[in-house]
Amino acid sequence: MALRKVAVIGAGMTKFVRRALETPKELSWEAARMALESCELTMDDIQATCFGTAPDAFDGVHMNGEYCSDGSGGWGKPYMRSYVGGGTGVFVPIQGWYHIASGLFDVVLVVAEEKMSPYYPHPQAAFMTIFDHTTERPLKPNLLWIFALEMNRYMTTYGIDKKDIARVSVLHKRNAADHPCALLGDADITVEDVLKSETLAWPVQRLDVSPISDGAVALVLAAEHVARRLTDKPVWIEGVGWHLDTTYWTNRDLVYPRYVEYASRMAYDMAGIKEPRKEINIAEPYDPFDYKALHHLEGMQLADRGKAVELYINGTAARDGNMPVCPSGGLLGVGNPIAAAGLMKIADLFWQLRGEAGARQVPGQPKKGIAQAWGDLMQVGTVVIMGR
Amino acid sequence: MIAKIKEFPGVSLSEKDFTEGKVLFLHDKCKADYAWDTGVGIGTYLAGLKRGVILGSYCSHCRKIVVPPRTVCEWCFNLMDEFVPLKDTGTINTFSLCYVTWDMKRVKEPEIPAVIQLNGASALSSTSVIMGGIMHKLGEVNPRLVRIGMQVQAVWKKPEERQGAITDILYFKPIVKEEEE
Repeated sequence: MALRKVAVIGAGMTKFVRRALETPKELSWEAARMALESCELTMDDIQATCFGTAPDAFDGVHMNGEYCSDGSGGWGKPYMRSYVGGGTGVFVPIQGWYHIASGLFDVVLVVAEEKMSPYYPHPQAAFMTIFDHTTERPLKPNLLWIFALEMNRYMTTYGIDKKDIARVSVLHKRNAADHPCALLGDADITVEDVLKSETLAWPVQRLDVSPISDGAVALVLAAEHVARRLTDKPVWIEGVGWHLDTTYWTNRDLVYPRYVEYASRMAYDMAGIKEPRKEINIAEPYDPFDYKALHHLEGMQLADRGKAVELYINGTAARDGNMPVCPSGGLLGVGNPIAAAGLMKIADLFWQLRGEAGARQVPGQPKKGIAQAWGDLMQVGTVVIMGR
Repeated sequence: MIAKIKEFPGVSLSEKDFTEGKVLFLHDKCKADYAWDTGVGIGTYLAGLKRGVILGSYCSHCRKIVVPPRTVCEWCFNLMDEFVPLKDTGTINTFSLCYVTWDMKRVKEPEIPAVIQLNGASALSSTSVIMGGIMHKLGEVNPRLVRIGMQVQAVWKKPEERQGAITDILYFKPIVKEEEE
């Protein structure tokens, strides 16, 4: 059976904030309404809804998909929440994609929401439950541990300097200064600011980390024959991929994200991309921590192993560089409401490829972009390639 | 179209809005008690720890020894029902110096979590899996002198104090004497 072409035809989002007044369903509705209005559709035109949100522990609500369904547009429709941890934001559009590519539906609403702030006083403690209850939790682990352990392994193996890794945080936060929804945009931040910030779990410092956030993002997807009637600027989902690594994370050599490589290769094959470094115009790797952007760029085959930092040093990654990385501002700058953050990358590629990204528009009429997210116990890679 | 939107939705609150009662909110606690049975693989692992032995599991099909032990080989999906003792020594694969607790309280002396590659387990596989890797903490070491690649040894609780838990190993300490700074 041939797969049908699927386009993104509308997108919307809320501001990303540390603590939102609005509830998860209220945030979802704001983003969904904006997405529908942007392509002049109503809920009557939507045949199915895909919803993404990460751990229930943040909201303290079990079956959060159903709980949010009035705001997310799920009521009275085929509706399902997908969840692959931090990878959810890039997985939920994949779910929407196969709804349409399969021929089952023509128009699908995709909504991703995260409200991390209800967990009091700090959502960090909710992450304790991702560790194995018998072999790891008795050691009182902290979510920062696994990032710090991975970052140390990565930078020590390749001899990468922390002040070069800090360039990632600086570029993304500067880019975010041009994003109207950003929580931590800062046009003047410097590498020294990052290196002087509080050490949380060496080598991870405060400004190496993306902020806890609340927010929502939504997309409208349509089959080709519908998309061509509704817009003259469809942005096609040209490739998708996802992949899972072993759940025994201490058994993984943390130096290289093999699961991101496999997810990316699946997506490149589908999109017919043979030379990603030449064909990809914009990369939106998942960047909850600055070194993760580098790690993921290597998994996505956009840099040699241990060499991704050179894209930042030689200017390739800059917004006016040869392959801008996170021109949106990424999670480090715009914010990290987990599932919404991944979908924000897809929404931003949509706006970039249509030339509608405003102050953060990449020059040169970019044609293809890739977005990637990663999650669960640092083991799942999700990838979407978009083109016009 | 999107570039024309002046103000995106979403109202930001601050901690003050809560402490000064500017917004209504409900504060409550979820009580969630669990008793997890340890199962076959991890149950055997914990019983070994109580005896002062770190056990791995062996796949007779792939001939791999992995730790923590498990009953299913991820590579060939066959039963892994043989448990083999490993050494309680190993190599630091990676470590961190952590200045915050699991619930974000600050501490002066860093905790030193590490992934330790145990001797006796299989080596790095072609799929980048280090079959001897477990998470634990380091102790009896100057945090500034910890290095990836350092050889370490488990420091055990006294036999009568062991409970059959991962904490029966107090921490791992360097085998080689620290070099002077």
